[in-house]
Amino acid sequence: MNNQDDIILRTENLTKRYGGVHALEEANFTLKKGEHVAIVGDNGAGKSTFVRQITGVEQPSSGDIFFEGQRVEFNSPLEAREAGIESVFQDLALCNDLDVPSNLFLGREELLFKFGPFSILDEKKMMQKAKEVLERTAIKIPNLSNHVGDMSGGQRQCVAISRSASFASKLIIMDEPTAALGVQETTQVENIIRGLKEQGVPLILISHNLRQVFNLVDKIWVFRRGRIVGEVIAAETDGNEIVSMITGMQDGVHEKASYI
Amino acid sequence: MTSSSSTGGYKTVKSWKDWLPKDVSILMVLLGTVFIFEVLGWFIAEQSFIFNTQRLTIIILQMSIIGIIAIGVTQIIIMAGIDLSSGSALAFTGIVAASFAQTSEYTRAVYPALTDMPVLLPIIAGILVGFVLGGINGGLIGYAGIPPFIATLGMLVAARGLARWYTSGSQVSFFIDDYAILGSGIVPVIIFLTTAMAFHLLLRYTRYGRYTYAIGSNEQAARVAGINIRAHKLLVYTLAGGLYGLAAVVETSRTLTAQSGAGMLYELDAIAAVVIGGTSLMGGKGRITGTIIGVCILGVITSGFTFLGIGSFYTNIVKGIIIVAAVAADQYSNNKNANR
Repeated sequence: MNNQDDIILRTENLTKRYGGVHALEEANFTLKKGEHVAIVGDNGAGKSTFVRQITGVEQPSSGDIFFEGQRVEFNSPLEAREAGIESVFQDLALCNDLDVPSNLFLGREELLFKFGPFSILDEKKMMQKAKEVLERTAIKIPNLSNHVGDMSGGQRQCVAISRSASFASKLIIMDEPTAALGVQETTQVENIIRGLKEQGVPLILISHNLRQVFNLVDKIWVFRRGRIVGEVIAAETDGNEIVSMITGMQDGVHEKASYI
Repeated sequence: MTSSSSTGGYKTVKSWKDWLPKDVSILMVLLGTVFIFEVLGWFIAEQSFIFNTQRLTIIILQMSIIGIIAIGVTQIIIMAGIDLSSGSALAFTGIVAASFAQTSEYTRAVYPALTDMPVLLPIIAGILVGFVLGGINGGLIGYAGIPPFIATLGMLVAARGLARWYTSGSQVSFFIDDYAILGSGIVPVIIFLTTAMAFHLLLRYTRYGRYTYAIGSNEQAARVAGINIRAHKLLVYTLAGGLYGLAAVVETSRTLTAQSGAGMLYELDAIAAVVIGGTSLMGGKGRITGTIIGVCILGVITSGFTFLGIGSFYTNIVKGIIIVAAVAADQYSNNKNANR
């Protein structure tokens, strides 16, 4: 059994239904401190649904979420963020018409003067901090005051990930962080993820790219049709086993699966 | 002219275009428009169009009222919203404000007990009623999830009805002297420019502005970032409503009467000024400074047509064309950016 103190996130019978559709059925999931895990599964397996429940984007139909030993209910992404759960979303949740510091600090601006919605922004401090954050991740962005809409996919993804990584978060969730990126950009993002491992920041990675999964994580959780069908240590398995778990077919059928 | 760092560090990379103020192209359009009317003026009317104090004063006065409204509309459009109710809101807020600004010398005042009040009362009344109208818009849009076009279209009809109901259709006039000052001389221009400055600073330097741009740019991202979208929409539409109330005070003071038919089609002039000023109907982009120039362009065109003795229906045709052209130009530049 796991020592309770080692566990940062646990879900118990987490279930989500959309009308009659059972998108997620009784998911029991655990994540230890400092652990990097991947969630894999076919389209519609319930991966993104699971993530939406634990990041407060949606509320589960039933079941419980425990974060740092406490039962939590997140009614909004903000509440999850305030608890320390950061997410990088598949659809690149950046504002194209804002510059890099504005995006990094969106929703938690540094302020010169506090007065509700009319608080005055401390742009200098945000720019300074943005430079520090991005220098640490070795990302090359020539001009931070450009709008992120004018940047390449890789630069934008790096900004999105830096946003999550830079705010002393207790858990980072990435949904397909490299799906739209080129080879070089993917390598950069993977390096950021390795950096998080060194810093001991736990990570949940959703990816279709099994090579990447095997390179980056300690443990793999396999989802199929809304259920968790397996948790395996990455070092003790191989692509074939994972693929057969994903598809629900016997070993060997997918020996030449194109995914790997 | 170009300085850049080869190492790809954090030095600023600028092309010569970045050195120009952002509103230069719109300013050129304004100067071009003025120039065309100036040349036509010498050919057709044999006098200067722009170097005429009286004409300039009229242009500026007309512009100030549309301008105050357009400031409110600018921030709404930056947030990817729209407001069709500003003209009707001006009529209703104007008639309410005016009803508290009457002099006791007039025996048939709306509130005989409330004549000769301090001038602050009608001003506050107008702005407060504007807040309420804008707040209803914002509530419907933010909390009930009604599309801005529909919610404010409803308000366009309803506020006009309220304006007729308030005094059973009769107009309100005979104001105290202090109230009449608000619309005379340079006062409307001062009110317009002060308001413009305040909202420029709000949009540029406060969290209010940052969230307005963020929601207009990517509402989903703003929500995920933890911004309270509903409350912010409510606030933006409410402040815009207050500006319509302020514009109504200036308008009723300038015309010395408040009537339920006031402000007809002002909403379209305001939206036109905002769009001409470079604010994108797609949201996320736009500046108060651009809107000020947009208001000037509209004012010059309206006044120029009158000056040349061309009928007002032609003015409306041209305005219509300009609005469509401005939106087309905006979409063209958006497409170009998307295809890069």
